[in-house]
Amino acid sequence: MALNRKIAYIDLSTGKIEIKPIPLDVRKKFLGGRGLDAYLLYNHTEKGIDPLGPKNTMMVSGGVLTATLASATARTHVMAKSPLAGMIGSANMGGFFAPELAWAGFHHLVIKGKAEKPVYLWIHNGKIEIRDARNIWGKTVTDTQWAIREELGDEDIKSLVIGPAGENLVRIANVMTGIKNSGGRTGMGAVMGSKNLKAIAARGTMDIKIAHPKEALEYNKRFIDQITSAKVNQTQGTLGTPFIWGATNSWGGIRTRNFQYNQELYCDEIEPESIDEACAETIGPYHMTGCFGCQVHCRAKYKIPTGPYAGVYDEGPEYTSQGAFCGEPDCRSLETLLVGNHLVDQYGMDNLETGSLISWAMELYELGILTSKETDGLDLRFGNDEALLEMVTRICYRKGWLGDTLAEGGIIASEKIGKNSFDYLIQVKGVSNLHSDERATPALALNVATASRGSDHLRSRPAIDLYHLPEGVLRKIYSSPVPYDGPLSSEHTEYIGKPWQVFWQENCYMAVDCLGICKYHTVFLGATLPNFEDWPKVIYYNTGLELTPREIWDIAERCNMIERLFNLREGLQREDLYRGDMLNHRYFDEPCQRGAPDVVGRAIDREKFKKMLDEFYEYKGLDQNGVPKPETLKRLGVDKEPSHLL
Amino acid sequence: MEPMGKVLVISPEKCTGCRLCELVCSVFHDGVSNAARSRIKIMKWESEGLYIPMSCQQCQDAPCMIVCPVKAIFRDEKLNRVMVNHDICIGCRSCVAVCPFGAMNFNVIDRKNFKCDLCDGDPQCVRFCEVKAVDYVDADRVSTAKKKAAAEKITAAQRQAVALESELR
Repeated sequence: MALNRKIAYIDLSTGKIEIKPIPLDVRKKFLGGRGLDAYLLYNHTEKGIDPLGPKNTMMVSGGVLTATLASATARTHVMAKSPLAGMIGSANMGGFFAPELAWAGFHHLVIKGKAEKPVYLWIHNGKIEIRDARNIWGKTVTDTQWAIREELGDEDIKSLVIGPAGENLVRIANVMTGIKNSGGRTGMGAVMGSKNLKAIAARGTMDIKIAHPKEALEYNKRFIDQITSAKVNQTQGTLGTPFIWGATNSWGGIRTRNFQYNQELYCDEIEPESIDEACAETIGPYHMTGCFGCQVHCRAKYKIPTGPYAGVYDEGPEYTSQGAFCGEPDCRSLETLLVGNHLVDQYGMDNLETGSLISWAMELYELGILTSKETDGLDLRFGNDEALLEMVTRICYRKGWLGDTLAEGGIIASEKIGKNSFDYLIQVKGVSNLHSDERATPALALNVATASRGSDHLRSRPAIDLYHLPEGVLRKIYSSPVPYDGPLSSEHTEYIGKPWQVFWQENCYMAVDCLGICKYHTVFLGATLPNFEDWPKVIYYNTGLELTPREIWDIAERCNMIERLFNLREGLQREDLYRGDMLNHRYFDEPCQRGAPDVVGRAIDREKFKKMLDEFYEYKGLDQNGVPKPETLKRLGVDKEPSHLL
Repeated sequence: MEPMGKVLVISPEKCTGCRLCELVCSVFHDGVSNAARSRIKIMKWESEGLYIPMSCQQCQDAPCMIVCPVKAIFRDEKLNRVMVNHDICIGCRSCVAVCPFGAMNFNVIDRKNFKCDLCDGDPQCVRFCEVKAVDYVDADRVSTAKKKAAAEKITAAQRQAVALESELR
């Protein structure tokens, strides 16, 4: 049974390992994955601890549906207090690790303390062993995984690892699995590194009994048809996420030159079709690959076609890499994109943070806030491809003053750089923004500002807001499973109705993260994809757990509230630029200069934004300061949390 | 009854490596999710992005059938497949050792060998593989597709040759 997968408490300081079942009442309140991780984090960390100290607790998990027949139950979730601004740290990745962990008998790992010397965990059919990792310390992301397979003599082992960036406590380091599946946001790789934990290796051959196998097979087939019939997923399956770049850049939704413009011009080389061509030329006509059980197969395979890295294999590049190595630093070369993507994959570093921080430094350099003294002679102009790639390596190995400084993440770096450098740092809660430009799209701006883990597009983004869907369609989606009869607007530049959409999406994505499935399989980029109404059956057939759409919604709302409570405990304040639900001033003060006619000249209206925030808080049951009302905590059954601080 | 001539056809280049086939195989046959129980397995060379689905070829002159000391393995001509009679099987694993494709497996939980049975004519791996890396087609049509692909290359070469000739003229 999926429900009998265990939770393991691992103390790396003492070497003590405790394995326990997950009580059904806890399941029914927090389900699994990110939701249950949030509950564990809130109860297993004290206020104000050092994120890179032994008192931080790191959670690793699969969702309640992991490895079952629910279509793409590939996601692994990692959570801890973030070393960026001390808010909630959370990262989610595809690949094959979580299913292997589930077959090895576990859904959740709670990792505490700090090992004396580098170690890795070996999880095999119900057993957990702490092993010496001195021989693999220093290795890149893929070399680490291959070395573990060789050492343990099993090619089917799946590992969750850190690269050199995580070892060097680079605060934007990833946790990774496979060639490029990355738990990228909020510096979870640095937390793992701070524990001297190089990797978690899993291999399992334990049955997960499917509650109703026949029905699960039939329903899954229907589910897959629904998912693959969506045009957006068919396009993802052909061009991968770079297709989003093409679509978004055309109307002016891509941040360039840090945050000076909202569209990249003359960028034929990095358009989705050009990337696709390079993949086809180096791999062949079938060059897409998929995560566990997924029929969308949105990840491309490529070999770097030219230059010093010619012939090197990697996967991607994703939409985020296009922003990181092209749009934001204003570079337009395919080779730079593919090499940059490869470097961060090997170092285990968040492409998004890397590109954003270097582009920020480029603007500071052009403004004279940074000089060649701080860059150790590097000519850090926008559009300097060589300087961009050199900075990637310098951050990973903390080389030079600026490399070491940017490795600390935006907020600490801005304090070290000084002057008014912080004004140019495009971040929320210490986490750099995606390269998407939300100045013309209030709904997306509100999402970025209020996302629990800091600036983020995968926590509550109503991306379908960009499609100008008829109001009737929006109402059908957004007024279930809880009724909503307030306004909704098909216009993406509008402010009305958007707070509800963000609130709805926040709960939708939380549910997805508790189930352990991919966001491409829900209402994220496609309006026809499954959501609350479709999940009860898939949960019941696979696990036997009976939940109504409304009950799933309630679980999601509860889990989101736990994340809010964690952030509040760590000092979240409504409009604080460091730890609040607030955007960089450029969102309000510098209108878009490029793009479609209805985008040019647009910026976010500060007063209207505040009103949206008020309304969003109201839906969440928060007061005007963003603090939950006592009745909200009671309604969600979290008024006694933290209930068992450990 | 007319014998069914359908066979499992694997096109490795189309495989995305997602392993949904392994999952549905174990659920269909054993009611559990467990890739270790799957009759089909994706062999991977991850650092090169190569994925090759491996399953039973249902050989006409099957080595497993020949080697079996108790004649527990037989051909089911109706579905064009090789089957194991577990009432007769003694679990000696000679078939596992002799299969040139590694398609005969041994399950340590149930202590039995197991292999692809084409899901009694509706292979679930085929049903769920959207990219058709695994397909189920009439045996006499397998080579037709390859013929056409090869012929296409020849016509392309011919067209190029004609174009080149006209350019030279």
